[in-house]
Amino acid sequence: MAAFTLLAVGLIDVAWIVASLLAMFVGLSIVVLALTWLERKVLGRLQLRLGPTRTGPMGLMQPIADAIKLILKEDILPSASDKVIFWVAPVIVVVSAFMIWVTIPAGPGLVIQNLDLGLFYITAFAVVGILGLVLAGWGSANKYGILGGLRAAAQLISYEIPIILVVVAVAMLAQSLDLQVIVEHQNPVLHVVVLPLGMVIFFIAGLAEVGRTPFDIYHAESEVVGGPFVEYSGAHWAVFFLAEYINTFAIAALASILFLGGWLGPGPAWLGVVWFLLKVFALVLVVFWVRGTLPRLRIDQLMAFAWKVMVPLGFYTIIITAVYLFYDWPAWTLTLMSLAGLSVVGYLIYRRVMAPVKLVKEIKARQAQQLAQRQRAQ
Amino acid sequence: MTESSPEMTTGAQPIELLLNMGPQHPSTHGVFRMVLWIDGEKIVDMEPHIGYLHRGSEKICEGEQYHQIITLFDRLDYVANFNNELVYCRAVEQLMGLEVPERAEYIRVILCELNRIASHLLYVGTIGLDAGAMTPTMFSFRGRERVQALFEAVSGARMMHNYFRIGGLKEDLPDNFQQMIQELLPLLKVDIEESDQILTFNEIFLSRTKGVGAITTEEAIDYGLTGPCLRGCGLEYDVRKAQPYSVYDRFDFDVPVGLDGDCWDRHWVRIQEMYQSMRIIEQALEQMPEGPVVSSLGRRLIRPPEGEVYVRAENPRGEIGVYLVSKGVDRPYRLKVRPPSFCNLSALKLMLRNAWVADSVVILGSLDIVLGEVDR
Repeated sequence: MAAFTLLAVGLIDVAWIVASLLAMFVGLSIVVLALTWLERKVLGRLQLRLGPTRTGPMGLMQPIADAIKLILKEDILPSASDKVIFWVAPVIVVVSAFMIWVTIPAGPGLVIQNLDLGLFYITAFAVVGILGLVLAGWGSANKYGILGGLRAAAQLISYEIPIILVVVAVAMLAQSLDLQVIVEHQNPVLHVVVLPLGMVIFFIAGLAEVGRTPFDIYHAESEVVGGPFVEYSGAHWAVFFLAEYINTFAIAALASILFLGGWLGPGPAWLGVVWFLLKVFALVLVVFWVRGTLPRLRIDQLMAFAWKVMVPLGFYTIIITAVYLFYDWPAWTLTLMSLAGLSVVGYLIYRRVMAPVKLVKEIKARQAQQLAQRQRAQ
Repeated sequence: MTESSPEMTTGAQPIELLLNMGPQHPSTHGVFRMVLWIDGEKIVDMEPHIGYLHRGSEKICEGEQYHQIITLFDRLDYVANFNNELVYCRAVEQLMGLEVPERAEYIRVILCELNRIASHLLYVGTIGLDAGAMTPTMFSFRGRERVQALFEAVSGARMMHNYFRIGGLKEDLPDNFQQMIQELLPLLKVDIEESDQILTFNEIFLSRTKGVGAITTEEAIDYGLTGPCLRGCGLEYDVRKAQPYSVYDRFDFDVPVGLDGDCWDRHWVRIQEMYQSMRIIEQALEQMPEGPVVSSLGRRLIRPPEGEVYVRAENPRGEIGVYLVSKGVDRPYRLKVRPPSFCNLSALKLMLRNAWVADSVVILGSLDIVLGEVDR
């Protein structure tokens, strides 16, 4: 009898896990479809275009048409490829993308499995995806693929560090790695107010982490023609695509949980999910906006930016948080220190690493000088 | 495999990776192929391969009548068709000593300058894509589409116009041309300004192009660079000023020059040239007289006297030269084109010194080659 009860309880547990994972899979797939539509529409509007209009009202059926097309396409296996690695790589990428979502809460208690070490779990799984990208580049036996895969490894590992440093600072503030506790800790003062520097670092490094413009170096179309994805087609390519959008959404969701207060907002408790989604989609829109505006960095500039700016600033964030906690200063001192750090970012970017503003001034001065000389010569 | 030829394997060390870019690479601007030896992300050596678009145009010219050759020139530099037609027509006219009606000259200049703007707008779009920015393409193509709509109204075709004739033009402008171009110019100016503003002084674009692919003025002259690639080095050389042809000596315009001869300077020169072309068009529209558009001689079967002539002109990409030998019959004996893209491309290897893989794409984009002209 006892064994039977145990079995029944076990079965209910298993059924619950399967059902919730299924719900997560379906929900994330819908989100990805919505994101592809949104990105095409937003980019279209930014670029004097309409975006998709033909499939359904406002082109809303376009992602479904794309999905059907991708699934029906022939899945080509390059003859020189390492077949096992070639097939396993997309699975690694997409599974790690999905696994992150197991512990991301969309509302109070609205989570598949809340983990006490949630942040630790997420940062750990974010690194697993890199393995998939490198394997995809290697397995497809294509030079662009290898180049892209190695770029992905270098880029993602470099930008993992500032993300982890900032996450540690947030965990220190909230005194917990549990995402629910972190969100509740931001009531009534959001972390973005206390630690604006952390938000900036997290968002920029997050862009690099998911390979969005201006950090889309490992799958740059004009150089490595898609990088690790170059030999993939059909459903396997779609899987990479799915993982990329899930990761974009995950970075936006994490930024909103760690800094923007997740589901916190005025109104009744059931509005929490709406607030959460509003914040996430606002951040996603910023990601699309950046994509419509900026060119791409070069790999050396990218690495210099990671190691010379982002990593030191990550350490700075940890130090000011530690000082603030140790001496138990009022919260505004942390804001002040954080803003000071932000101005250091500005200083570093503008003067030391890329020196663009100085360069613009210099170019304009030299051009004016040249013009004056030519006018005198005439 | 051509890779096994001895001169191509000598540069390679075991540590290097041989990367074949093109002819089916999205950013080699057509069917150009470059074989790169890379060490990590740095370019060690490079071997260009051209000829994938070779159609034997120069040889075909020897078998065609003079009027028919105009269509072949349309297909050399297929983004600057009017400029190509102009240089060929001028070569034959010079050989025959033909006077072109004043009005035809002005219409030619207006169309050529519009074509220069359209060509440079295409360049802005492609350099944006090469550097990873999608939006400038859309901004600049809007302007290019507007220009091409005007071309279609004038010549009947968006690209392969076949509108210039030896001794003038095929026919006069459409009746509403003045109205169309007055509507076009302000819009075009906005398009140029927008594609300029989103890219030229963008910090990331600057860091990707300033100081990248730089060559000195001496090297540029040695390699026969012309057009924006030469002016980017700081040398003020423009055929429209140095040896004015058509009616270019009647207009007031500047020749923008760069500072260091790098990718950004070449970009900046092209952007400024578009503003100068706008100035030329405005002046030409004011000065344009009425009258016939084709000399009566031009309508007949062309038989230039025996002789040879070399004519040059400033194309959007640089100096185009046409060497024409006539034996007094209705077909040329020999016709040789000096294409600007081909000469500019020859300096690519020089520019790729110490470059990164990502730079190779930007440098090639800043040269703004058209493979139809390189391969002929």
